[in-house]
Amino acid sequence: MEKPQVGRFNTQEDHLLQINDLSKSYSGVRVLSGISFSLPAGSVMGLIGENGAGKSTLIKCINGVTAPDGGQIIFDGNSYSGMTIKKALELGIVTIPQEFNLSDHLSVRDNIYMGCERKRMGIFLDHRKMRQGAEALLESLGCSIDPDALVSSLNVAQKQMVEIARGLNHKCRLFIMDEPTTVLNKSETEKLFQVIRRLQKENVSVLYVSHKLYEIAEICDSFTVLRDGEYITTAKTKDFSTKEMANLMVGRELKDIYPPKMPLPSPDAEELLRLQDLSLASLVKNISFSLAKGEILGIAGLGGAGRTELAEGIYGIRKIVSGKMFFKGKELLPASPEDAVKAGIAYIPEDRQKSGTIQQFHLSWNMSLISLMEKYCSWGFIRKEKEKKSAENYISLFSIKAPDGNIKMNELSGGNQQKGVIAKSLDTDPELFIFDEPTRGIDIKSRSEIYFFIRTLAEKGTSCIIISSDLEEVIGLCPKVLVMREGKIAGILEQEKINEKEIMYLATGIK
Amino acid sequence: MDHSVQNKRLEKCKNFFTENRPFIALIVLLTFCMISNEYFRSPQNLINITRQVACSGIAALGMTFVIIAGGIDLSVGSLLAVAGVAGVMGMNEIASPVPAVLAAFFIPLIIGIIGGAFNGFLITIGKIPSFIATLGTLSIYRSLSLYFANAGTVSSSNEIFREVGNCVFLGIPLPTWVFIFLAFIFAILLKHTSFGRHVCAIGSNVSAAKYAAIKVRFVTFMTYVLAGFCSGIAAFLFSSRLNSISSTNAGLSYELDAIAAAIIGGTAMSGGKGSIAGTVAGVFILGIISNALVMWNAPVNLQGLVKGAVIIIAVLIQTRRTKN
Repeated sequence: MEKPQVGRFNTQEDHLLQINDLSKSYSGVRVLSGISFSLPAGSVMGLIGENGAGKSTLIKCINGVTAPDGGQIIFDGNSYSGMTIKKALELGIVTIPQEFNLSDHLSVRDNIYMGCERKRMGIFLDHRKMRQGAEALLESLGCSIDPDALVSSLNVAQKQMVEIARGLNHKCRLFIMDEPTTVLNKSETEKLFQVIRRLQKENVSVLYVSHKLYEIAEICDSFTVLRDGEYITTAKTKDFSTKEMANLMVGRELKDIYPPKMPLPSPDAEELLRLQDLSLASLVKNISFSLAKGEILGIAGLGGAGRTELAEGIYGIRKIVSGKMFFKGKELLPASPEDAVKAGIAYIPEDRQKSGTIQQFHLSWNMSLISLMEKYCSWGFIRKEKEKKSAENYISLFSIKAPDGNIKMNELSGGNQQKGVIAKSLDTDPELFIFDEPTRGIDIKSRSEIYFFIRTLAEKGTSCIIISSDLEEVIGLCPKVLVMREGKIAGILEQEKINEKEIMYLATGIK
Repeated sequence: MDHSVQNKRLEKCKNFFTENRPFIALIVLLTFCMISNEYFRSPQNLINITRQVACSGIAALGMTFVIIAGGIDLSVGSLLAVAGVAGVMGMNEIASPVPAVLAAFFIPLIIGIIGGAFNGFLITIGKIPSFIATLGTLSIYRSLSLYFANAGTVSSSNEIFREVGNCVFLGIPLPTWVFIFLAFIFAILLKHTSFGRHVCAIGSNVSAAKYAAIKVRFVTFMTYVLAGFCSGIAAFLFSSRLNSISSTNAGLSYELDAIAAAIIGGTAMSGGKGSIAGTVAGVFILGIISNALVMWNAPVNLQGLVKGAVIIIAVLIQTRRTKN
């Protein structure tokens, strides 16, 4: 491979971080080889690549979680053959992980000063000073969080800000942000970007890892592409379109990732689900809509608008306190997921790690989890042959990258895991399929495959509800979109009326 | 090419050792004790060991299910005592000997199941953490057994009862047979039934289990019923062997032995992972250590030290394994 060019930027001395020929193997498998690029001080660089391209491993090498096998990390002019977590922190390399490392039961202030507490007479905590310091830091980030509030009372966006504030308090010079916006809605993302620009002005660099290429295009000065553990290129974002970036990532021309849109169901189409003034114990109030057989309905809205709660009400996890729900013409009030599954409802939870999969289980065990008793048991005994066969079927149906069903779930990439989760629910032969953030944090190829799968499902007469914070996804997939705000329906958009602006107007209440 | 094949072999070898650690430890320990002590290796002593471990071993079988489902049951020893006391007292009320023995079997069994169900009820419906709920019932059940037996020993003079407890079949005592039989049944229950799979699922990730339409509360409840059932069976074997049961000493610290056996056998305290075969190995490791210490004339008061050290080492190895 041609040696990558280092120093596309004018002043070489300004480089805060330089990666030189870095390589890393896990148990004989090369995950990184010959990675070289450099990041100037005060610039924002995107790091992109499909799942399994080596982004996480590269991050782990830079922040000291793991040691590289070869190559150097040059930070601020000093060369290191490997980092440790401690050294990286001392140098000012701070990672904002997807799962925050905050202590929920401590205050914002205590979290920001964790490990570097201000003391009086060397023993007693100086609460006043820490409070003022935390306040100033948070203010400099332009967010109004009470330093005395408990972290458990904050929302995800605020928690992220606390993480950033803590990093700044540790004299951070390089932030590594791993998929920072997956948990944020549009306006929160906007705010994060403002903070990143502010950091940039203070000469702090950011390595920004994301699947969302339009974000890379918006916030990053440059981007680095990894593919299959190899360095592909580093370039300025203004010279590339997001489509070109995607092509660099996958290494081939990427056709449209969405299938052709389904038409709206005809007015006399058979009705599958109807909600009448449905209310839950909290948040969700007076929801009414109807869903035809084979229809794809998108549900958009900001975080906390009650979309997941509504889905969980339909799936029997949350209690319906008033209103009616009709499923296949009959009234149904599921008291538990068992009731919902029996009736023919499937739900793909938004949190794949926590609620969608059992990471320590085999893939085949995960896929048979819901229908184990009905399909794979006789007299309570598991028929393992049958389970194995069905696993093989699903692996080929979804082209899951796994040798067989005996692979542990946590050894699969996010996209393949998600396909397993969908297979699990498909195995119950549902008539209503609710997808909650179906493509969160997974690579483009798997994403596209999931979109085409949803379309096929709908063609076969299964109704689908797509809950998503990814507006592009809702717009690309759904002929009808229901927008929620503060637990209520803010509006319903159809066909060509569906666009980003309209959805945001409804979601934020401008209209 | 050669190199990678070698690596793979090495990896396989390593995996074999990590997966079978409890059994390897058991074999090494057994061989060592048999070579080093002539009293230990006498067939009668070896058979005695199997009888000595049978009761706490049966408790450990139920405990394995509870721990895999993410809980803990501290009340098994106390439950054994109250079930045994009730069984012997009930038996003494019945004059004709055969129905009396039947009563002595079914009363502890039913009390064990009720006691386990009560634990399960507190934990699943009352939503009390299992550690606290069973800490409470540990005290309650022991206190009940003391109350009924006046803090003393309840004896029977039923000869059939004694004969049942001491009967030997093919040279192996009844409690050992029951232990082996139950271990076999429980192993199948854990590995080959949907119930066992659901227990593992709940212990691994309760939220995912809930979303997968698993009856989380019912399955969790049933693990405590199983533990109670085991206590009941153990109570019967325990009291019939001596033809009496002491309300103060019966089943004392069985819960600790049962938990220790499960952990030594590779059951994860965090739930989700474990095997019956491992627990059986753990039971025998603990039994052999206690017995061998006696055979070596080690000071009785230091036996606990050795036992404790073994548990700590087992957990150390387990945590190191999960880190890797």
